[in-house]
Amino acid sequence: MAQSFKEALNSGKFVVTSEIGPPKGTNIENMRHHIDILKDKVDAINVTDHQSSVMRFPSIGGCLEIKEHGGEPILQMTCRDRNQLALQAELLLAYTRGIRNVLCLTGDAVPVGDHKEAKGVFELDSVQLLRAIRQMESGKDMGGNDLDGSVEFCAGAIVTPEANPIEPQLIKFEKKIEAGAEFIQTQAIYDLDNFAKFMDYARQYPVKILAGIVLLVSARMAKYMNENVPGIFVPQHLIDEMAEAPKGEALNKGIEIAGRMIAELKKYSICDGVHIMAIGREEVVPDILAAAGIDNHNK
Amino acid sequence: MKSITRQKSLEEVEHQLEGLERVYIIGCGTCATMTRTGGREEVLDMKERLQEMGKMVTGWTVIPTACDDMTEASLNENTGFIQSADCILVMSCALGVQKVGSYISKPVIPALDTLFIGVEDGPGYFHEVCDQCGHCVLGYTAGICPITACHKGLLNGPCGGTNNGKCEVDKEKDCAWTLIYQRLNEQGRLDLMRKYQPVKNSQIVLRPRVTIIS
Ligand code: SF4
Ligand code: SF4
Repeated sequence: MAQSFKEALNSGKFVVTSEIGPPKGTNIENMRHHIDILKDKVDAINVTDHQSSVMRFPSIGGCLEIKEHGGEPILQMTCRDRNQLALQAELLLAYTRGIRNVLCLTGDAVPVGDHKEAKGVFELDSVQLLRAIRQMESGKDMGGNDLDGSVEFCAGAIVTPEANPIEPQLIKFEKKIEAGAEFIQTQAIYDLDNFAKFMDYARQYPVKILAGIVLLVSARMAKYMNENVPGIFVPQHLIDEMAEAPKGEALNKGIEIAGRMIAELKKYSICDGVHIMAIGREEVVPDILAAAGIDNHNK
Repeated sequence: MKSITRQKSLEEVEHQLEGLERVYIIGCGTCATMTRTGGREEVLDMKERLQEMGKMVTGWTVIPTACDDMTEASLNENTGFIQSADCILVMSCALGVQKVGSYISKPVIPALDTLFIGVEDGPGYFHEVCDQCGHCVLGYTAGICPITACHKGLLNGPCGGTNNGKCEVDKEKDCAWTLIYQRLNEQGRLDLMRKYQPVKNSQIVLRPRVTIIS
């Protein structure tokens, strides 16, 4: 692996990240397969942290696998399941194993997941977690005690450019940057004009922004997301385009749309890169990149 | 302020009363009456249910406020009926259950589950307002408590799950941080929301929580 994610962010190139979801269980073959497909195609791979509050193999376990296979991992860390001690301990472990990137998230609510009676911790929020990382980098833990060996991370966070109302989101976005976020991966965006407006605002801050690209696999999925996923808005013309795809061609159409959006974001330098979420179809990420005209990204 | 309660299922009441045949019932004239979980009517209803289970009800009373000091006097008035019972079934919040238990050595059994401390906004609609966190931040959040009104108790603004002003866990519930934003905006005090709020101290008064007023 040529470049660290931080180097890629600072190189001025159009950065590409993607993500994998660890398995529910100990069969990690499929996850390994996805790592093999992605590791040389993208600048870094996120590993989700019990996404949607569904208990799974841990994010750090997926990150270790990526490291072992020569890839660059981004450790997703939510505040849902761990208190101060547990979060910091995991950061120490991550650092000693060469994991250098952390995405700080609040985490989904427990009752949306598959352990509906479990306790949600949320002792920290994403802003406080970012600050905790910066404090640990200074050699002190959150209790103010000296660390015998500190950490250094490229820390990031997320934003939802389509949130309604947007103002409270933007205040939090600014707090994340003040807390030391170096990169931001956005929630899925589909309306590039809207996104360009968000970027006009976001450009004033010293942070790299990677636009979230979620692969559409059917018109139904697009409608479902519009109705059920906060902060996602798929414009009608894209839903129509998906619906008009010939039978059996919807996935290819989704790949084409994702590729087209990425190409446009890159061509007009709207943002600093993209974060591709293929949600279970990780094997088509190279096809999305090819459709975007980004064939030899890491070559 | 009210202690908001819900009646336990009859199955659980019966399970707790296993081996205890003679029961004295105590209700509460304050919160549990208001929430219709342990007032006079509910006590009389419970009396019938217990009799259907084959229990012997030795007597019943509704104490004006089960959690205060008058409880002792109230119990003294009914000593005979209480003495002849195997246990006391208390239809008040857990404060009342524990108060009764502090005067009586017999088994004291709760008939209600205590859910939260809340206020009544409209008939029958109660909402939680405070979790007694030990360090009140209402001064920074336009008087809306982010600990109880936000599902995740967030201190620095909304999570990504908020949608059209509603909370990720329930489309019927308002997102606390949308409300806080709106009210601070109306007050021209949004700078308060931009201010970093540090992690809360979870050990302000160590459990068991006790304080001495001097
Ligand atoms: S911040 Fe909320 S929970 Fe804490 S004392 Fe104030 S009202 Fe109560
Ligand atoms: S949607 Fe709003 S109230 Fe619900 S958890 Fe997120 S910030 Fe809190």
